[in-house]
Amino acid sequence: MIGSAFITNFDEVVSVLLFGIGFGNLLLQKNLVKKIIGFNIMDSAIYLFLALKGYIAGLKAPIVVDGVQSVNAYINPIPSGLVLTGIVVSVSVSALMLALTIRLYRDFHTLDLDEISTMLEKEGV
Amino acid sequence: MEMAFVQNFPFFSIILALFSGPLGSIFGGKNARRICYAVVAIIGILSAAIFGYTIATGQAYTYAMGHFTAPWGNEIRIGVLEAGMATFFCVIMLLSLIAGQAERERVLEGAKMNLYYIMTGLLLSSLLALIYTNDLFTAYVFVEINTISACGLIMIRQNGRTLAAGTRYMVMSLLGSGMFLLGICYLYDITGHLLMSNIRESVVELARTGQYNTSLIVAIGLMSVGLAVKCAQYPFHAWLPDAYGYSTLSSSCILSSLVSKGYIFILIKIFYRVLGLDQVIQSAVLNVLFALGIVGMIMGSISAIREKDVYRMVAYSSVAQIGYIFMGIGVGTVEALIAAIYHILFHAATKSLLFIATNGLCLASDRHREFKYLSGAGARNKLAGVAFIVGSLSMIGIPMFAGFTSKILFASVAMAEPDKMFWMLVALAISTILNTVYFFKTVLRIYTPKEGTRFKEDVGRVIKMGDQKAMSVAMIALCILNVALGLGARGIIDLIRMGLEMFG
Repeated sequence: MIGSAFITNFDEVVSVLLFGIGFGNLLLQKNLVKKIIGFNIMDSAIYLFLALKGYIAGLKAPIVVDGVQSVNAYINPIPSGLVLTGIVVSVSVSALMLALTIRLYRDFHTLDLDEISTMLEKEGV
Repeated sequence: MEMAFVQNFPFFSIILALFSGPLGSIFGGKNARRICYAVVAIIGILSAAIFGYTIATGQAYTYAMGHFTAPWGNEIRIGVLEAGMATFFCVIMLLSLIAGQAERERVLEGAKMNLYYIMTGLLLSSLLALIYTNDLFTAYVFVEINTISACGLIMIRQNGRTLAAGTRYMVMSLLGSGMFLLGICYLYDITGHLLMSNIRESVVELARTGQYNTSLIVAIGLMSVGLAVKCAQYPFHAWLPDAYGYSTLSSSCILSSLVSKGYIFILIKIFYRVLGLDQVIQSAVLNVLFALGIVGMIMGSISAIREKDVYRMVAYSSVAQIGYIFMGIGVGTVEALIAAIYHILFHAATKSLLFIATNGLCLASDRHREFKYLSGAGARNKLAGVAFIVGSLSMIGIPMFAGFTSKILFASVAMAEPDKMFWMLVALAISTILNTVYFFKTVLRIYTPKEGTRFKEDVGRVIKMGDQKAMSVAMIALCILNVALGLGARGIIDLIRMGLEMFG
């Protein structure tokens, strides 16, 4: 029963697994760059999930080429729009995180957040 | 229906806040500051007008953003609670900005100052959008904008501590928003809508037919835990003390009183408007939030007691207060939500007061922040001492101040909940005792001279009210606000109740 649910929802299972991998990396990796990669995997997994949900097998992308056809000719465009918005958000967040990482690396010569904290404790700033 | 002109104000406020930053940075310098203050004040007045309007009409209204109507377009929805919250947030924000002005000018270089006002503008617009929006995906986008601008406010003062704290904050926040977004996607997939009111209809229908029950629970869990992580609910609070403790004064005030409250407001909105309380109570996710809240109340206070740095102590106290709010949300009744919303107001007013007072005390102690240097600081900076006492009394819950009402509300909520009564009352009692310990420890310290020295001259310098005009104004205003919240509690609670009735 559960097995068949996994097979019919194979794509969703994959995207949630990817989400888990990204989430785990963002949470557990010590290296900041790996954390950022984890974040990107996590967000891409969500976009994959959304795009899957908007896709209707056999239909076309909702781009009007030769006049508007019937509604039944296109896939649901809203999730695609949401994915685009989401990508914009995650690009800006990644840029911010990378900028922060560069600053931290210049100041502390390490990418390990815990190590940076220990250094700060020692300095007692 | 003919639309009143006032009904446009929420939209104006969001747009105005969004453009105030870039506008300020074009003019630069002092003008940037003036524009920022003026915009926050104007938005406060606009919000107050909406507040009055919604009280007068007695009903909430929706406002279409763009030309598409309900199931397709984007919209905002405004009632008493939203408008009141927006007004309140503007007041706190303006006071925090005014109080931190001198310090900001001391520690930030010119170009950074413009950035600071851009960040505050962005932050205010995202808070307003979170308060007003009726669309879940818009809520997600503005949650992220809120996070980014808050991170900017943390690390605008660039020392190692704030950079590391900003990074930790971002990592935690991203984990939270990832879960929140996945939750929204789940909900969108099973209901087919993004507008909150439409989702509600579908959720009711799903509950009736019993379809997608598991998915619904997963969605509720993801969204509430995601937002809890972003609010720095215990045990996700590791970034908080450094972030609040080492950024500039205005940032600490704004972050502690407003940013986390925006997330809590959207969580309440999701529970109340999107899913409906019955649905959420059935899912048992509330019990998790309740338990986390109780643990947070106690652990936050214990960490505060162990702290040697007064700023970090005040910051840790925020963890405990967020715990109170989550405990209220976790009970899941309307009365408990009223208590939680009142606690949001109380905490915003009190925590910004405490941060400003702490800053005043440290200024009078040669900018030292450890307790050992603070001896006698209350005598050297009289107003800051009094403000700290007012804040402490309110936090502990002495009658007449806002904190008392909040505790009474929580206690009466506990009485009506036989299952949770024991835990709530025990947690309230322990937390009150712990609050008393660390706040009175500080109060005693700032009024006790160092051994062997005369009262005023051991360390630091005397600061009179005139030396810190901006801070004095903010402290006095926040003290008054605190007492007003306490004395006017009945009226405020009625307004919250009215707002919640329009909210769903």
